[in-house]
Amino acid sequence: MSAPALAAADAAILRAEQVSKVYPGTTALHAVDFSVRRGAVNVLLGENGAGKSTLMKILAGAEQPSSGHLFLDGTEVSFTSVNDAAAQGIGIIFQELNLCPNLSVAENIFLGHPTVRFGIDIDTASHAERTRALMRRLEHAIDPHALVGDLRIAQQQIVEIAKALARDVRILIMDEPTSALSATEVEILFRVIGELKAADVAIVYISHRLEELVRIGDTVTVLRDGRLQATAEMRDVDIPWLIAQMVGTMAAPAIEPPPSLQADPLLHIKAVSLRNPHGGFYVDRVSLQVAAGEVVGLYGLLGAGRSELFEVLIGAQPDAQGSVLLDGTELLGLPIAARIRRGVALVPEDRQREGLVQCLSVSDNLSLASLWRFLRGPEIDAARERDAVVRMIRDLLIKVSSPDVEVTALSGGNQQKVVIGKALLTRPKLLLLDEPGRGIDVGAKAEVFRTMRNLAREGLGVMFATSDLKEVFAVADRIVVMAGGRITGDFARADATEERLVAAANQGAAAAAGVAR
Amino acid sequence: MSVAISSPAPARRTSPLLLLLRLRTLIALFLVLGFFSATAPNFLDLGTLVLLAKHVSINALLAIGMTFVVLTGGIDLSVGSIVGLAGMVAGGLIDRGVPLHVWHITLFPDVPVVIAIALAVGVLVGAINGVLVTWLSVAPFIATLGTLYVARGTALLVSNGETFPNLVGRPQFHNTGFPIMGAGTVLGIPVSVILLVVVGAIAAYVAARTPFGRRVYAVGGNERAALLSGVPVERVKLFVYMISGACAALAGLIVASELVASHPASGETFELNAIAATVLGGTSLVGGRGTIWGTIIGAFVIGILADGLVMLGVSSFWQMVIKGLVIIAAVVLDQLQRRMQRRMAIQAQAG
Repeated sequence: MSAPALAAADAAILRAEQVSKVYPGTTALHAVDFSVRRGAVNVLLGENGAGKSTLMKILAGAEQPSSGHLFLDGTEVSFTSVNDAAAQGIGIIFQELNLCPNLSVAENIFLGHPTVRFGIDIDTASHAERTRALMRRLEHAIDPHALVGDLRIAQQQIVEIAKALARDVRILIMDEPTSALSATEVEILFRVIGELKAADVAIVYISHRLEELVRIGDTVTVLRDGRLQATAEMRDVDIPWLIAQMVGTMAAPAIEPPPSLQADPLLHIKAVSLRNPHGGFYVDRVSLQVAAGEVVGLYGLLGAGRSELFEVLIGAQPDAQGSVLLDGTELLGLPIAARIRRGVALVPEDRQREGLVQCLSVSDNLSLASLWRFLRGPEIDAARERDAVVRMIRDLLIKVSSPDVEVTALSGGNQQKVVIGKALLTRPKLLLLDEPGRGIDVGAKAEVFRTMRNLAREGLGVMFATSDLKEVFAVADRIVVMAGGRITGDFARADATEERLVAAANQGAAAAAGVAR
Repeated sequence: MSVAISSPAPARRTSPLLLLLRLRTLIALFLVLGFFSATAPNFLDLGTLVLLAKHVSINALLAIGMTFVVLTGGIDLSVGSIVGLAGMVAGGLIDRGVPLHVWHITLFPDVPVVIAIALAVGVLVGAINGVLVTWLSVAPFIATLGTLYVARGTALLVSNGETFPNLVGRPQFHNTGFPIMGAGTVLGIPVSVILLVVVGAIAAYVAARTPFGRRVYAVGGNERAALLSGVPVERVKLFVYMISGACAALAGLIVASELVASHPASGETFELNAIAATVLGGTSLVGGRGTIWGTIIGAFVIGILADGLVMLGVSSFWQMVIKGLVIIAAVVLDQLQRRMQRRMAIQAQAG
């Protein structure tokens, strides 16, 4: 072992050795080594599905590894729960905020470890005082008695950070802590991180914003497809290197002739805007065209406004302004059903929450959006419905023993195909897919992408949102970048490079945060 | 070395226990039938069974409407009050008519018109429930609790709390025939039972075979996914409350017709029996799961239990205890089935 590596090992407060995690159907982590250095910002980097969040959950006690070992201060440990890990000084700030909106800021911060007098009486005065001190440290004037539900998302994020700091943490894991913060708030957070480092706290930092990582990171660990890809000192590397490690060598995209663009685009979005409740915009004067036969990749970071744009197009955001023409007819103002009949179909991002009706069968889910096609008088023609469903199951290679099986019995990839099949049964002209590759294994992903290409060849306009560079290069003819609700880049695939996309995706982020303030 | 056999995805093995759980309502029906035919004399007589079906028909009609509401994940507490209100509207129209003071005459509508008006009142109350639940975003429990009181109060206001007696109509006004609904028979079968069969068949068809029915299930299963699939969620919810109101009004007409009188307090706590039948029939209160046939069977289980215990001379206090235990057992079994199905699904996925 070389001398610096030895030194690094000495400084490690928490170490994971050969950690694996197996879920039914997929292996999220393959024998990964990871060490967290004392008094440093340890960056964990990887694309969606690379295994970052699984590793993070294992470190924080939220998940148990299938095999491998964890060492804290050199002694082997195993955490049974988040509380167990917290008791040993490991704090975590989840990306999804874990706050009770009906409770006050102070109540949230001390929820898990209240200070009590005489064993029962909660010491609210000391809670408020300590909350005020934490807020001073975080340079935010948030009232300890304010209800969390009344705060802006960025303020809630601050409360989440304060909640972690309220316990004396030795290791603090932060998952995308800046995704909801404005530029100034990010600066404050970085100062707090600096203080924590000085106090010898180890930080595990996860983010997609590469500029940020290069600025505050001390070491970087890159995961790819559940495996350890690289470990390095941040001062030795640069953004192109990080991208290369993260994305890897790509399968050469199949060369296809560029679609012959018609004079009239299939979809013509003109200056579409959607306000958010904080006075800013989810979607800010977006104009865009999509031709029939074209696959457009919509790349952007979390919160860039991609999902909201799709919701505007399908009609789930009735307050949108501007104009959306599909084959020359205006869509804005029409209800969702009418838009589906005119040829728009959406495959939503969150399969469980927005895509599937869990208690219904595969068949009922597939036909749900296209029941009008199977009408005979007042009733559904069961034979015709069955026919179409069976054909879709065959076309999309959905693995299921019978169409009457409940949809929850399927694997993630097959569930995703059911949602896509539901959209296709409406015979769309324009297919919108929000993160179609999320949460499904590599094989299923490849099949989904092949299907998207085939559909475009058959003349559909296909638009898909992703925050995965590999995906966008593998499938798209054209890559549109969104950041902060605006379009910040529009590239033909030949002109697009990873650096240009990342630059465009980060360019608007700061501006957007400014708008949101 | 093992021999590799390439087989298609294993056929869904249904364990016998799961099958039993699934058919539990039907099994419960046969159990209560068997028990009372063995213990209560003459229980399986045709006459007893017809009477039983007649008793059950009112609760079953209410429960059919309730099932649509519960399938969307809602609840309708106002049905008992609608029973009272619809009866009072019909009774008032037959007994007192519509006084038109301007011309100093009183209009007595024909019985079919009376029935149509009473049904329309039920639909209207249901529509109010629907509007409250959808466009005004009131929780179904609270919205229908409100209309429960409003409809009951209105029923009392119609007659100032009095009963409309002797609703046989007068031949000179051409409004006779109202008692047929509750007391009449066709080929020996009570009209109310025929109404139950007709309404039950239509409801089962609508729920299972029409786009509206499919959408009801989808809304209850996952409202957001249904919305994004183009299901007009608010309209679906509005309709289910209107259906429930119509069923309740029909039940109210039968009650008034049976008694040949309408009393403003009739139908009190009927909503609870309807919910009990729905749940017993396997409909999940969370929405998305359940069938009309299950509900009808559930209503019969409750009805047989009630009539049978009376025939055995069991005290009404014990009857209540037993009914409560049966309902709880139904829900516990439902949860067991759910858990078992989930476990088998995970096993199927892992294996």
